Amino acid sequence: MMHRLPSHAMNKPARGSLLSIEHLGDKEILSLLKLAGRMNPLKARPLLRNKRVVLLFYEASTRTRSSFEIAAKSLSAITTLVQSSGSSIEKGESLLDTGYTLRAIGADAIVIRHPAAGAPHLMAKHLDIPVINAGDGMHEHPSQALLDAFTILKHKKSLKGLQVAIIGDIYHSRVTRSNCHLLTRFGAKVTLCGPPEFVPDIAATLAPGLRVTRHLEEALRGADVIMLLRLQKERLAGQKIRLPDYIARYQMTAARVKLAKRDAIVMHPGPIIRGLELTEEVADGPQSKIIDEVHNGVPTRMAILAWALGKAK
Amino acid sequence: MANDKSGTRSLLIKGGHLIDPAAKIDAPMDILLRDGRVAEIALSNKIRGSADEKFEARGLIVAPGFIDLHVHLREPGQGYKETIASGTAAAAAGGFTSVCTMPNTAPVVDSPEWVEWLKHPGRAALVNVFPIAAATLNSRGAALTDFAALQRAGAVAVTDDGKPILDDEIMRAALRLGAELNLPVVQHAEDTRLTENASMNEGPTSFRLGLRGMSAAAEANIVDRDVTLAQQIRESRLHVAHLSTAEALKAVRRGKRGVHNARVTCRVTCEVTPHHFTLLDENVGEYDTNFKMNPPLRSASDREAILVALADGTVDAIATDHAPHATHEKQVEFERASFGITGLETALALAITKLHREQEIALTRIVELFTAGPARVFDLRGRGSLMRGHFADVTIFDPKKRWRFEAAKSRSLSHNTPFDGGQFTGKVVATIVGGKIVYRAG
Repeated sequence: MMHRLPSHAMNKPARGSLLSIEHLGDKEILSLLKLAGRMNPLKARPLLRNKRVVLLFYEASTRTRSSFEIAAKSLSAITTLVQSSGSSIEKGESLLDTGYTLRAIGADAIVIRHPAAGAPHLMAKHLDIPVINAGDGMHEHPSQALLDAFTILKHKKSLKGLQVAIIGDIYHSRVTRSNCHLLTRFGAKVTLCGPPEFVPDIAATLAPGLRVTRHLEEALRGADVIMLLRLQKERLAGQKIRLPDYIARYQMTAARVKLAKRDAIVMHPGPIIRGLELTEEVADGPQSKIIDEVHNGVPTRMAILAWALGKAK
Repeated sequence: MANDKSGTRSLLIKGGHLIDPAAKIDAPMDILLRDGRVAEIALSNKIRGSADEKFEARGLIVAPGFIDLHVHLREPGQGYKETIASGTAAAAAGGFTSVCTMPNTAPVVDSPEWVEWLKHPGRAALVNVFPIAAATLNSRGAALTDFAALQRAGAVAVTDDGKPILDDEIMRAALRLGAELNLPVVQHAEDTRLTENASMNEGPTSFRLGLRGMSAAAEANIVDRDVTLAQQIRESRLHVAHLSTAEALKAVRRGKRGVHNARVTCRVTCEVTPHHFTLLDENVGEYDTNFKMNPPLRSASDREAILVALADGTVDAIATDHAPHATHEKQVEFERASFGITGLETALALAITKLHREQEIALTRIVELFTAGPARVFDLRGRGSLMRGHFADVTIFDPKKRWRFEAAKSRSLSHNTPFDGGQFTGKVVATIVGGKIVYRAG
């Protein structure tokens, strides 16, 4: 009886776009991970020769930006970096106008990081070239989830049945949203842990089988993977969290890591703040795979770029 | 104004089924309109004498002209979004013969001069325009406007719509002054201290999309506070705009029950929009800014509570909150997009499709929500009913007609609607203002 709602697609996102893990198919995820395994930044492959990849960054970034750039260059693409400061964005140019401009210059793909959730969707719906989400507000960070899965699979046989504890500021974390979608999709059991300000109960609705707990011990017991998150001071608008309390309850210490499985790995999307969400000992400890993650970012993003531009081989 | 006072034009509406809830009529009736007023109502073929013009209404519902308590016609100052001429043309196409305009224009309508400007014939309004003036100067929430002067100039209510009056003392003073003048104070209920940077309803969808959410409490807390204040002031009149949550409805019900032992109570009324009784927050999809408005689309349980309140009489009126915006204000990042959607041309279709056909709410109740209900809220005398002597404002519609709404064909200057391409049942056939046909379906 209800009238038919019009389709949400003003336009369909451009082919090859990577906007979220939520809407990425299982098959695509598996083939991207497989492809990443075949990519080697030290052995350049000219898959993207003469392709122009624009890195459009409206937010600060070290890891994501440089690894996308190195990934593109390892595939022989031409890259150019556009940042909000020092460009027409500062003069008030709209996101879409910036997109049209970059397209007119000859961009074959746009890698975008933006403080507003959904900004890559908007661009992808109005451009005819692939748009790759390199982090949009609090929404998603799909390439990080892919490189995290890639990293986990270097140490664990399968995601199925794996116990993953994600600890910290879940609410503001685009990395967590992407990871929750990916990990639960392939059968991992994910527990989110932190104070209610960071882990609202509603977080459990994000994906099937997600669990929320306030107790670190409960999250860590039996965990195969411990994922830590930075406390994002720049996103703490209006929230009153006392850092000493947070550290006392949730900081990852060597003693706490011992609560997890003996062969558990410790991960963190970076940047890490030593002495806050984790101790020096944990960051540099034998179970830490934090540097591996950064390292794996390059082949994963090579795979994403090749896939986006239809050169996945 | 649209009233054509020239000559003795008369119009006979024949063969239709009249629904006039205020007059308790739900029967086949003919109506004769003359000189801008209702001259005669009688059973079919019982009206004697001739008319200059006849309107054949067989198979159609004839109702008092619809009244919209909440529209943004954007003038003065924002003619690129809408003008009074274009907005009232859209109103006429939607069956509305009277619209109450919100004062959050540029400049804000906070002086009698701007109220008069809105009502000036030069605005080329196609339907009756009843300005709602700002409650505080420049809607800054600090100093009250001159309610008496605004009322004399033609304002039917006061509000700072878009911005709530947060300060208890200012709200108390507004209700007190409104009580003296019998002038309703309309509140956009939102505790903006709780909704900073929020762009949709707080819930699973906002969490999933990574958008900051507006809690139901941010609305309900203000409605609750306002009802409490109103109940302390004899004869005060509080109207809650675009109510959207189950929690806020509880406060309105408390206000309507009145204060025990009080001899003269306050009057608390509320309106609900078609989009809030039709859509849910999850319909935002992947950041579709045509689903972004304030108050935002809410949860299924909120919508359920609203549907119950529409049926049981708690809600006084359906109002559109017609809020046109230019494409460049909507085709941006969701968080940065302007709040608001157009609504004049889809209101009746949504009411019939959702409320009548799906929820089985009687047509008489739906007509009441568009006519007698809103007329009472702002005391629009001589409107909201077709009793003899009342204004000849009539809406004629076909409750069974299936049609497809196309935003591109809208009369509004803006096309920011979530209902583009929607398939509906129930269509306006003709709109008559002051005895003159101002819209006729093509």
